[in-house]
Amino acid sequence: MNPNQSYSNTKATLAIAKASFRSILRSPSAVVFTLAFPLIFIIVFANIGGGGVTVDVGVAKGSDTISPVYKALKSVKVVNLVQDQSAEEMNTNLSKGSLDAIINIQKNNSRPPFTINVQYTKASAEKGNILRSVLSNIYYNINNNALKGTPPVAEIRESTIQGREYKYIDFILPGQLGFSLLSSGVFGTAFVFLSLRLTLVIKRFFATPVKRYSIVLGEALARLTFSLLGSLFIILVGHYMFGFTLVHGVTTVLNMLVLSAIGLIIFMGFGFTVSGIAKNESTVPPLSNIITLPQFLLSGTFFSVTAFPKWLQVISNVLPLTHLNNAMRKVAFEGAGLGDVTHQLLILLVWFFIIYAVAVKTFKWE
Amino acid sequence: MTKQPIITVNDLVKNYGDFAAVKGISFEVFEGEIFGLLGPNGAGKTTTLEIIETLREKTSGRIVVDGFDIETDTDSIKKRIGVQLQAAGYYPNLNLSELITLFSGLYGIDKSPMEMLEKVALTDKAKAKYKDLSGGQKQRFSIATTLINNPRIIFLDEPTTGLDPQARRNLWDLIREIRDQGTTVVITTHYMDEAEVLCDRVAFVDGGHIIGIDTPDHFIDELVASGFERKKQVKLANLEDVFINLTGKEWREG
Repeated sequence: MNPNQSYSNTKATLAIAKASFRSILRSPSAVVFTLAFPLIFIIVFANIGGGGVTVDVGVAKGSDTISPVYKALKSVKVVNLVQDQSAEEMNTNLSKGSLDAIINIQKNNSRPPFTINVQYTKASAEKGNILRSVLSNIYYNINNNALKGTPPVAEIRESTIQGREYKYIDFILPGQLGFSLLSSGVFGTAFVFLSLRLTLVIKRFFATPVKRYSIVLGEALARLTFSLLGSLFIILVGHYMFGFTLVHGVTTVLNMLVLSAIGLIIFMGFGFTVSGIAKNESTVPPLSNIITLPQFLLSGTFFSVTAFPKWLQVISNVLPLTHLNNAMRKVAFEGAGLGDVTHQLLILLVWFFIIYAVAVKTFKWE
Repeated sequence: MTKQPIITVNDLVKNYGDFAAVKGISFEVFEGEIFGLLGPNGAGKTTTLEIIETLREKTSGRIVVDGFDIETDTDSIKKRIGVQLQAAGYYPNLNLSELITLFSGLYGIDKSPMEMLEKVALTDKAKAKYKDLSGGQKQRFSIATTLINNPRIIFLDEPTTGLDPQARRNLWDLIREIRDQGTTVVITTHYMDEAEVLCDRVAFVDGGHIIGIDTPDHFIDELVASGFERKKQVKLANLEDVFINLTGKEWREG
């Protein structure tokens, strides 16, 4: 023993951070919630969302598939031509709406050379309308080609401006980041502190010269490191595999990581509170779910908050995750800096004070 | 043995609300001895120990540990003692070597995990998790964590409860070794045979009071002198001797 050697709180804090980080890496639930779930959601939704609208059109038996009409229809991306069903199947599917229309192209020996019979369904009126306009476009082009020489009455000039394409991944990824931070912050923190308390690990720590703040700080540091690495991983996978938009590249990533850190610190406040209220490990999940589920559903993780009825939006706009998600999306897609999301940051700051006031009151050491 | 007190407890009182757990306990622990606190469950042994270990606030009384007052110098005391708690767990998902590293950090010193594990013959378990150890190994590991800061005193709360006779003897040897290297040991136990062979002095605690402090030999001699006789004829060996004789003395892992 060397009593003259001064005790280093930093050293103790880092020792706890290192131990905790190792422990998190080896705990399956932390890895699953922080990395696997968000990635699975991203993969699923990126693939659902990426396809856009398709109109399923049944092609009646005996249709003329070498006619220019058919060829033109086939080249339209939105239209998915279905040929492997019997007439009977097609009729049932049409009435159910799983087919949006049935088309029958007949070659005539007289003029006009082709007749197109289209059957729409009330079960899928909207998609029917899409097909209707596709067909009238084809009809116009074919007729126009046939009548070469006749001056057109009017012409349409179309142009598409170069804009940033807002892909579904640009919506879903920030939401998933938020979800990952929320579950890691609430569940992770609550479980760790409760189990350290119940198994008397903290009590044993108190028999050493370690300070209380070192324990909290060390744990927070480990979780922060783990979650930020997780966020970085999700952002990179999203960017390189699914084309997630990062307007200013590295700067945008750094801004997102700062937001992640802010979000996690707030969510950990909920975790501390839950660990204090919970009597044993089986009461952690229900308590944590009370906090995470509403935010999961109402904070624009999967659907835009604007899709909700007004009264529900009021609730959404109170939740911290909503504002974290909004800030994330602004930073990632619109290229905003942290200075442009001060509104969101202010609301998060208010949450910070509220939740840590509650956490300090409810947290238990033993 | 030097009769220099290293722990002095004076009129210690601890109340939990209306319930008085410790009702004015006074005793001294001498440097370099193994001191046993004996008594039935709920006698106040663990409470007394945890107050000396700075883990609990006392209600009143005065305690000096290695020259430091418990009221004013908890940090200096924490640096000088090693504590093994009854039923304490260890940080989840870490192996023994990593746990030692963690505790070294908590004490703010650099200790090689292998050096510590060697002291308790657990080097081959360096990569094992605490929860996968046998009862005896768990206790030995707990003792290793109490030795990291080269403490002047270690506190062991029922370290042999639940161990088989071989593991118990193995732990006694370890505790004697620690004492022989100059560390004072304060221990609680429910096994009187253990206290008899292990402790240099014992204190009996009952109902929050100390009802006697002396060497085990002295207590026994006194009782015999008072005319006490065992109902059953004392034989030269007991059943535990038979157990050890039949199953062998060597320590078994598992």
